[in-house]
Formats: sequence, C-alpha cells, structure tokens
Amino acid sequence: MLSYITMFLLFLILPLGALILKSIQNKEGSFIGLSNFYLYLQEPALFQSFFNSLFVGITSTLIVIVLAFMFAYALTHSRMPFKGFFKVVALIPLLSPSILAAIALVYWFGNQGILKELLFENSIYGPIGIIFASVYWTFPHALMILVTALSLSDSRLYEAAEVLKTSKIRAFFTITIPGARYGIISSTFVVSTQVFTDFGVPKVIGGNYNVLATDIYKEVVGMQNFQMGAVISLVLLFPALIAFFIDQYSRRKQISLLTSRSVIFLPKKNFQTDTIMFGYCLLITVIIFMMIGMAQFGALVKFWPYNLTLTLDHYNFEVAGLGWESFYNSIRLAFYTAIFGTVIIFVGSYIVEKLRSDEKLKGIIQLFALMPMAVPGLVLGLSYIFYFNAKENPLNVIYATMVILVINTIVHFYTVSHLTGVTALKQMDREFEAVSLSLKIPIYKMFWRVTLPVCLPTVFDISIYLFVNAMTTVSGVIFLYTYDTTLASVSSIHLDEQGDVAAAAAMAMLIVYVSVGVRILHTIITKGILQKTQAWRHNISGNN
Amino acid sequence: MNQSARPTYLTIDNLSKNFGSFEAIKNIKIDIIEGEFACFLGPSGCGKTTLLRCIAGLEVQTTGSITQKNKEISNLPPSARDFGIVFQSYALFPNLSVTSNISYGLKNNKWRKDEIIVRVDELLSLVGLSNHATKYPSQLSGGEQQRVALARALATSPSLLLLDEPLSALDAKVRVYLRKQIKDLHRKLGVTTIMVTHDQEEAQSMADRIFVMNNGEIVQSGSPKDIYEKANSPFIADFIGVTNFIEATIVKENIIKCGKIELTCNTSKIPNNKRIRVAIRPEYITIKKTSSNAENTAKAVVKENEFLGSFQRLYVDCDQLGISQLMIDINSFTADSVLVGEESSIEIYLPPDRIRIYPIE
Repeated sequence: MLSYITMFLLFLILPLGALILKSIQNKEGSFIGLSNFYLYLQEPALFQSFFNSLFVGITSTLIVIVLAFMFAYALTHSRMPFKGFFKVVALIPLLSPSILAAIALVYWFGNQGILKELLFENSIYGPIGIIFASVYWTFPHALMILVTALSLSDSRLYEAAEVLKTSKIRAFFTITIPGARYGIISSTFVVSTQVFTDFGVPKVIGGNYNVLATDIYKEVVGMQNFQMGAVISLVLLFPALIAFFIDQYSRRKQISLLTSRSVIFLPKKNFQTDTIMFGYCLLITVIIFMMIGMAQFGALVKFWPYNLTLTLDHYNFEVAGLGWESFYNSIRLAFYTAIFGTVIIFVGSYIVEKLRSDEKLKGIIQLFALMPMAVPGLVLGLSYIFYFNAKENPLNVIYATMVILVINTIVHFYTVSHLTGVTALKQMDREFEAVSLSLKIPIYKMFWRVTLPVCLPTVFDISIYLFVNAMTTVSGVIFLYTYDTTLASVSSIHLDEQGDVAAAAAMAMLIVYVSVGVRILHTIITKGILQKTQAWRHNISGNN
Repeated sequence: MNQSARPTYLTIDNLSKNFGSFEAIKNIKIDIIEGEFACFLGPSGCGKTTLLRCIAGLEVQTTGSITQKNKEISNLPPSARDFGIVFQSYALFPNLSVTSNISYGLKNNKWRKDEIIVRVDELLSLVGLSNHATKYPSQLSGGEQQRVALARALATSPSLLLLDEPLSALDAKVRVYLRKQIKDLHRKLGVTTIMVTHDQEEAQSMADRIFVMNNGEIVQSGSPKDIYEKANSPFIADFIGVTNFIEATIVKENIIKCGKIELTCNTSKIPNNKRIRVAIRPEYITIKKTSSNAENTAKAVVKENEFLGSFQRLYVDCDQLGISQLMIDINSFTADSVLVGEESSIEIYLPPDRIRIYPIE
C-alpha cells in the first residue's frame, strides 16, 4: 500500500513538482516568480502556438466526433453486413504510431503527392495535414467510447416511442442522442486532449505551423531553454487537466443510465438505412486502408514517385546512419512495460478495489492512478528530465537507461489499465474476500487461486494495451531516450526530419507489423488459456 | 358483470409465433370482450409476453390474425394500431420531465399546446402525481414511475390498454396498493385492458377473466373463481394457489382408492382402474378432534403447525391416504386452532365436491 504511494510520489508527483519549480526559476536556478510566464506572454510567436493548438484541437475533435458517431451508430443501430470486419478495420490506427498517418499524407498530398491537386493551392504541411492525420489516429479512441455509449440503449424506450407514433428523427433526438450524451462529452474531451497535446503529427506534417508540443521540443532540444519548456508544458497541462475532470465527471454519469430491467436494443432490418450505413463504413474503411497501404507502399518503392520499383532497401537502416538497434530497443521496452506494468497495475487495482484497509490511503492511490491520464506524455517526459537528471537525486542512476523509459511508459499509460482492472474486479462478489478470511485462507492465496484466474482476460487486455502503446508512443519518450536506447517511433521521426521519408515509413511500418503480430499472438494465447481457466463461464451461459 | 352481453373487441385467431425453431406461442384463439380486464397468466417463458407484443405489433406473428373492432390489424405497424402500453421497465425517457414524458405522444399527434397542458394536468391528477410534474423519472419512486408510464399510455385515450408485468418490479406493499389503483382506473375509464403477469394473486385480484398459459398455449380461461375452483389440469391447480396432490385409482363410478381407504367423489367419464391424481386445496379439508369413521374421513397426525397470520397451515401425516405432508389450512381464530398441537391425532374430512381428479397420462 505504502509502496504504491511511494511509487507515485517518486515517479509522478515529485517530477511534476520539479517541472513546476523549473518554471519559476532562472537558468542559474534561483527563484524568479512568474517572470518566465510573463516572458512567454511577451513572445507573440509562442503565444500564437497556443491558439494554433487550440484550433487544430477543436477542429479535429468536431470532425472526429461526427465521423465516429456515425460509424458507431452504424455498428450498433443498423443491421448492415460485415459489422465485425468494419469494427476491426476501424481499430487499425491504434496499432500504428500517430506519425504513420502523417507520413502517409505526405505521400498522398505532399510536394510529390499524387492527389496534391485535390487540395488546390493549399499545402498539406500545416493545419490541414495536422487535422487530417489527427482525425485518423484519434478515430478509434472516439469510436470505442461512442460504441459503448450507443450500445447501452434500452430497447423498450424505442418501442415506447414507436407505440406513441414517434417519427424516426424525433426518436433519434429524444432517445439516441440523450442516451449517448455522456459518451459524446467524454469522447470530445479525450480526443481534443489527445490532439492538443500530440507531438508526432505536428512534428512530421506541421511545416511552419507551430503548436505547443513542437514549441516545447524546440525550446528544450533546440535551444536548451528548459525554463521556457517548463512554462509551455504547464500551459499544455492545464487545459488537459480541465478536460480530464470533465471527462471523469461525465463517465460517472453514464453508468446509471441503464437499469437492470432495461432490455438491450437490437436494431431491426431497414434496407435503406442499412445500405447508407454500409456505404459510409465502406468509405471510412477504404480511407483507412489507403492511409496504411500508402505508408507501406512508400516504404517499399525505390524512389517515390519517380521510380516505383519495389525494394527492401528502405528497411536497411544502416544506410540511414542507424541500425536496427532502435527497433530491438522498442520491442524490449514494450516487453518490459507489458510484463512489469501489468503486474504493478493489476495488483494496484486489486489493492484499491478489494483490500480492507485505510479508506483514505486507498483514495489517495485511486487519485494518483487517475492522474497520469491528465498529464500529456511530453510534459511527463520533460518533468523526468528535471527530476532524475538532478545530480543530488540518488535515483539519478536510472537516468539515460532503459529503466527510466520503462517506468515512464508504465506511468504514462497507467490510468486506462488501472480502470480496466478496477472494472473487472468490481464485477466480482465483494464477499469472496470475506469468505476466504472466514475460512482462514490468506488473501494472497485467494488472489492466486480465484481472483487472478477469473480476471485473466482483463490481465491479458492490460498487457496488450501496454505493449502496443509502448511500441507506438512518441511523446512520452522523446526527451528520455539516449544514444544507447533509441526507439523505433523516435527514429522514424528523425528519419523523416533528415528527409528520408521512405525509411521513416519503413520504420513506422515495422511497428505496425509487431503490433499486429502481437495482437494475433495475444488472441491465440488468450483463447488457449481461457479455454482452460474460463470453463466456468460456459456453464453459466449454458444454464440460462 | 354479464360479459356475454357486450360485443367482442379483439379477436385473436390461430396466432403462432416462432423464434427460429422455438415456438413461443402456438395456435392461440381467444376473444377479448369490450371493456373487460383480461389477464394472461403463466410461468416465465410461457409465451404470455410474446402474445401481448404480437397484439401491440412489436412482434410480427408467424401465422394467424388479429382483429380489433372488426378491423384486421395483423400486418399493421405498432404506430398504426390503437393502444397504449406500459412496459415492465416502464421505459420512461430518462432525460425528459414527467410532463414531457406524458405529453410525448400528444406532440406526435400534433395536439395544440394549450390542449396538451389541459390533458397532462388531467392525467396527472388521474394518477395522483400533480405535485411531481417537473421532476425527472430518476427522482421518482418505482411506484410513481409506474403511474407516469400509465399516464403516458393513456394520454391519447387509446381504446385498448396493454400492461406487461406492470407491477413485478415493485415492493409487495406498493404492488398491492397499485393493483387497486389500476383496477379503479379501469372501472373509471372502462378501457379494455390486457395485463400480462406471472403472479397468480395479482391476476386473481384484478382480472375479470384469466387466460392461463403454459408452453405457448392457453390451457384454461375463465373467471378467477372458476379457475381456482375448477382447475382443469394439475398444472393449473398447482400454479394457481396451493394444492395437495395424492395418487389414486378409480375403483368404480364415483369411488376411488386412495392409499388404504376409499373416497367418494365425482369420477365422471374416467374409466375404472385408471390411475389418477387427486387434488384438494388445503382450505377445503376440515378437521375434527374426535373420530367418527364417516365417509371421506381419515386418521392423521399433526406434524407441524405453521402460523401464517389469519390462518394456520398444518402439515399432517396421513398413513391411510398414503401421504406424509398433507397441507390443511384452518382459521387461526376458531376453537380448532388450539387443539392441533404437534403430534396430536385428528380426523380429517375431504368433502366429495371439493376433490378434483386428473387422469395420469
């Protein structure tokens, strides 16, 4: 229990404290109050970035919500064919780093792009590209939330409306939309925060269009101005924090909408609606395939667009001045993060949910566990520099090692995994622990014999989530890797920076292969193990 | 009430509904009389809700037809039929106030604003919720939500009211209170009402006519009293109220052999030597402290005396009848009750006209 609080203090709270401290110090490290913030406001170029971030954030969010809502509606409220296929395809962007979309866009619409004319005189390098790529990679995030919200519909409400002679449109606005409203709010804040704080996409396709995330990078890496980096980080952190709290609030409201007496909605066949929905989903699917397909194609052709002979040259990263080392590092990082992260996070959620102990301490752990979601990866990464690079910190030894990357990644993706664990544990009867105590069975035995086997599907979900995110993340680790610990996603950005877009695409695609491969492996292993440990589930469904 | 004098309101003819290979209801043939309170009663999975949903048009029948007021409605969508419905879950729109819920259907029918206000007021006072007009469903108790659902169903003055297990989600006390309220409302409005329930007490206390269903078929219909007293199968005798079952054989006309003794009862039409099942309700059996050896009596020993408020249920061991757990209900406030302590010997009497027999197939 205390070890968890210590862990959060060391790897989340104190680093953030160091970040705040840095923002009110000068280069020599003495206290100068809010002068840095004043300086920031005096700098029109930096200030402009704030509005740019806001603009791409809001615009992308509006587009994503509309597109994802229609897609989620088609999946949950129509009887179109191939729903399973559409759902899988729509989640593909989750398996690639966000920069992959940006790279694909460069191939389609860049200076040598084949569809460049579609943009008329506008350049893809700038807000258009950022928005397009952001919409692509945040689409599945919004979709998952909205599918959940829309599938919570109570069938009886629609029947009541039909019986009362209600038009389809009125039913949509008085039942469907209100029913999904918390999902809409929640996905709005999730997506806008993601776009607002994203680093990879604006770095690759932003051109001269500066946003907060790229500014932080420039200040820190380019000008070594750590103080200004800290200030901009805080500017980035606060909207994210506000969005986070609104999101948490609305998620809590969503739960109470469906009662035990509700009947889950099953859509009826409607040829016209189903056809339109099918057409729409097909269109989105085609776009997703065009994006990922183009990135793959770009990685495989000799010299886009002049020499389209296929080649594996771009996968020979030695030529580009860096070997396969970064790719292996990424796999190592993902592997360690998945193993250690899953154990730490699941046991943590068990402590919060099941152990009988001080409610106050549990509350603190729960709060700490939720915080990482509100902290953008870039901000967390920067705060780690300030905290762990300090000479007087005994933990200084982990700086510039794989260890700090693993810790940073676990903390960065802590919240979602923690909530997944808590949700699964909540579904287990509270009395299990009481029974085991009354039978004088120690809690850890109970955990090992019952809780863990029952929650095994969830444990696997957490591990795959951590693995894929560790593979694809950019923003969390961009400040923390060193020459010995370069990562595939970061290398992809650097390759692009050097103008070697094909190699960048090849590196990004490597990440996709691994993510897809691990996903498939995960499905197979999960199925195998589940057949052994989850036999009891079948009995339950058999009896009903 | 003389039902037959009134015209038929709803005719269901040979109605069947299959879900895949499962036959939810089979060849249902019933007439509902105008203004009556009919009740589909049966255990869960017997098809009663499916039948109600077919009448509403929410399920489409596989075969058969439904005629409402001489107009065939079998193939009309729910919105083209004339009825109001209350669901088991009430299905109130959670984001709309009580007033907006009730006026929801009126708006669809393009009522004028001032008419809607008047009508909603009228309905609110009808169901006794005038003080809750601006509240949201989640702020109401289950019973209040149920009454809002009722008001919403009645808003457009439908000539048929369908109730799908309307009381099953409520506490016992509220349930009894609302039974009476719904019954009063029915009496006041005279609207033909069909209610689905699995609670035999509810059906008996509310319905003019009960249709007992089992395995997708109507197994008996009639007034609550008829069904209680003249259950035509062991299933109904067991499902409605409490019944003792004893196995026996027909000896000759109107004489059966039950355990070691013979009993008199009406054996109409059942041939001799046929194995039968005897059914008798606990409250029809009477007891005596002294032995008379008269017709239809047997000796028994009280094994347990369960106090249930206004009556007591005795569990007696009757070796002569070959049954060790015979239930007998006696009034708690008569002299008998003090005489039947555990292990006391008594004589029981089974009135011939109260014994019902069913051949064993």
